[in-house]
Amino acid sequence: MSRAGRIARRSFLVGSVAIAGGAAFGAWFIGREAPNPLRPGAGEAALGPFVLVTREGVTLITPRAEMGQGTQTTLAALIAEELDLAWQEVRIDHGPAARAYYNAALLAEGLPGKGYDRSDAMHALGEWLGQAGKVFDLQVTGGSTAMRDAYVKYRLAGAAAREALKAAAARRLGVDAATLSTEAGRVIAPDGTAIPYGELAEAAAAERLRAPDLRPASEWRLLGRALPRLDMPAKSTGRAVFSLDVRPEGLKFAAIRANPMRAGIVSFDPAPALALPGVERVVDLGDAVAVVASNTWFALQGAEALAVEWEGAPYPPDTGSILARIEAAFESDPNSTLRDDGDAAALPAGATEVAADYAVPYLAHAAMEPLNATALLQGDRLTIWTGTQGPMFAKKVGAAETGLAPENVDVVTTLMGGAFGRRGEVDFPRYAARLAAAMPGTPVQLVWSRSEDMRQDFYRPAALARMRGAVADGRAVLLDAQVATQSAAQQGMKRWTGLAMGGPDKGAVDALFNAPYRIANHRVRGYLADLAVPVGFWRSVGASHNAFFQECFMDELAAAAGRDPLDFRLAHMEDEFPVGAAVLRAVRELSGWDAPKAPGTGRGVAFCYSFGTSVAMVVEVREAGGRIRLDRVAIACDAGPALDPGIIEAQMVGGAIYGLSAALDEAITFAGGAAEQENFPDYDALRMSGTPAFAVRILSAQPHVGGVGEPGTPPAAPALANALFDLSGQRARRLPLRPDFPTLA
Amino acid sequence: MALTLVVNGRAHALDLPPEMPLLWVLRDALGLTGTKYGCGVAACGACTVHIGGQAVRSCQVALGDVAAEVTTIEGLGGASSLHPLQEAWIAHQVAQCGYCQSGQIMQAADLLARSPAPTDDEIDAAMDGNLCRCGTYPRIRAAIHAAAAKV
Repeated sequence: MSRAGRIARRSFLVGSVAIAGGAAFGAWFIGREAPNPLRPGAGEAALGPFVLVTREGVTLITPRAEMGQGTQTTLAALIAEELDLAWQEVRIDHGPAARAYYNAALLAEGLPGKGYDRSDAMHALGEWLGQAGKVFDLQVTGGSTAMRDAYVKYRLAGAAAREALKAAAARRLGVDAATLSTEAGRVIAPDGTAIPYGELAEAAAAERLRAPDLRPASEWRLLGRALPRLDMPAKSTGRAVFSLDVRPEGLKFAAIRANPMRAGIVSFDPAPALALPGVERVVDLGDAVAVVASNTWFALQGAEALAVEWEGAPYPPDTGSILARIEAAFESDPNSTLRDDGDAAALPAGATEVAADYAVPYLAHAAMEPLNATALLQGDRLTIWTGTQGPMFAKKVGAAETGLAPENVDVVTTLMGGAFGRRGEVDFPRYAARLAAAMPGTPVQLVWSRSEDMRQDFYRPAALARMRGAVADGRAVLLDAQVATQSAAQQGMKRWTGLAMGGPDKGAVDALFNAPYRIANHRVRGYLADLAVPVGFWRSVGASHNAFFQECFMDELAAAAGRDPLDFRLAHMEDEFPVGAAVLRAVRELSGWDAPKAPGTGRGVAFCYSFGTSVAMVVEVREAGGRIRLDRVAIACDAGPALDPGIIEAQMVGGAIYGLSAALDEAITFAGGAAEQENFPDYDALRMSGTPAFAVRILSAQPHVGGVGEPGTPPAAPALANALFDLSGQRARRLPLRPDFPTLA
Repeated sequence: MALTLVVNGRAHALDLPPEMPLLWVLRDALGLTGTKYGCGVAACGACTVHIGGQAVRSCQVALGDVAAEVTTIEGLGGASSLHPLQEAWIAHQVAQCGYCQSGQIMQAADLLARSPAPTDDEIDAAMDGNLCRCGTYPRIRAAIHAAAAKV
């Protein structure tokens, strides 16, 4: 294994990682600037990798995947805040795949500790160590890290560009730069002379970029308010170009057919496909087949018509036997014991013991836009157009498929019709590149039918929990949590880097080991089943199941202690994590928790700290006419400085709806080695009529920026489950809920 | 044999099989990519367009069965103006990923044409076939009410 490989292995897997990376490469290597990938033309200037100034104006590079979470709008606002651009004139571009756009916050997530208890010094260390992300080409959108990575970096980029433009103007005007100001894309001289940035581009390019002090939040004009999203007009008029909408000249359309048992091909017969109108070619992709046609419809028909003999599944064929393997992991040594306070093995004297088992299923991402990628091999250059959360990974698989050097592979990252973690995988750029390599000179768009998309997913793993606790005198005195699941991180790392990852999988126990409750005897053990069912990163990853286990069980403990569930949580959080406790108090007020309930109403609360953000949720259900409806949801959150409250609100609501949808109905089950669900009729989500009313309150007491794309999801399922208990007296200990609560509307 | 299809006021002669779904005719033959493929089985509404002013799932309508003028999201507003729903979508900042929103807007336009001041229940009934995985439903509802007040 290469030296970088060994370091990557250690870095990603063990919490202390990035330290190993730093020592091995040397701080000089990590700190060295990545080359600027922008290639300005004549009369243009790249003032750092994030600011391109042309004669027409300024384009900001926002190199994170826009999958709906609004990230590109807020990234642009961070730069524009310091660069003094008028918001209506801001233009953005995702930019190329490049090392310069590494994400420093991803590695910082690997630092030891629970997150919420991280000191300022550890935050600073994380920021510095995160630069190792450069070494690993981590241009990744994931882990709700975009703002944590960008908060300082992008404002500095804007400030440095501004100062370079001022310096250029000062030279031209023969005045001291300190006498100049900037406003709405122009440098303003003391006499009122205004020079548009575009006129200063070339001269500013010669200036050395320096990092001045950042403006205090009290002077912000763009950040801290709900800005009009930059993608909103195009997305409201059908003009937005998603991955499936790219139309290079001469484009051919192809559809993929892959093994629903997730293995290889024994043999296939292309004849039935080739006999169909419009079908031009059938291409063997190794462990999949592509049918190329003159339009997508012909290609889809052709793919369906192929006669293929598949290899069998490399995992047990049905859900029962798969879950038995996960259950068996409890008998192995734990992969992690990331919390072990007091003595969790014993039952404290005089305490009442409580125990419960929980289970959640495999889940599909089911983004609205089915997977797809377009590629063109032209001479010694490969271009891949796709919506990817990891463009540098796409670049590498493109190079591997064609034998080209990575610098000969261009990745054009488009808007994506949802992703939720699925578009961080590399299968779709890989197959598109492989197909393009088989038809050089012709651009080809490879699409997954909805059925292929759902059956070829890398699922949120099923998970089982054994929870044991005890209460005495109205408090929890013991919490001993065990979770068994598959490791999304181990599989994902293998797919991204080809490297095996060992060590404790923090993600598998996220939201359990770092649940911010003070309990004297508190242990959290994670067990991993070695199973080949393809699993990956699903919005909020481990927190998506662990918050369900943790927060449903907190409710059981509260009931055993004879306490109000919200009071009970507060009592254990006030001293441990005041920021979280304030969020709980806010949701108490917002939801009217202390007001009397109408007859036939149930209320449930849940809290989760994940991705640096605290979210508390109260779900209210109402039974009427023999049906249980989701009536109201109140959400309070604290993600630190609220950079765009409109986007944060949308992410909290959207994240909750994603979680509620899964909680109500969603499950991927297996029979004969294949997923049994293929499309929305058998894998449905909340619709308009089932969607409750939402109220959101955003707090900003936390000094550090947290994520917002994922933290809204984890508390949704447990808050709903606890509301159903409040209504019915029946505990909801497995998901989805509908089989146990058939009258849910 | 060529079939004639009128889309957004323009006639197109198409040499395509009559059983081909309108969705793919729009996207791949005419380059009108604002209409989206989501499920192919009329379960998500992303492909919603108007035929003769009525909302239909274009993935389920065969080209040969199209007997009236087709309007897609690209043709909903005027040449230089937005439909009131599009204005409301922007004002209420509805879209997240945006992939389903063409279908949502076309479905809502059909609703407002039939019921200029819809109740919440009417909105639910009209919009339930349009799936949004980002969970933009609360803002969609607010935008429909806002547009209704202006129509």
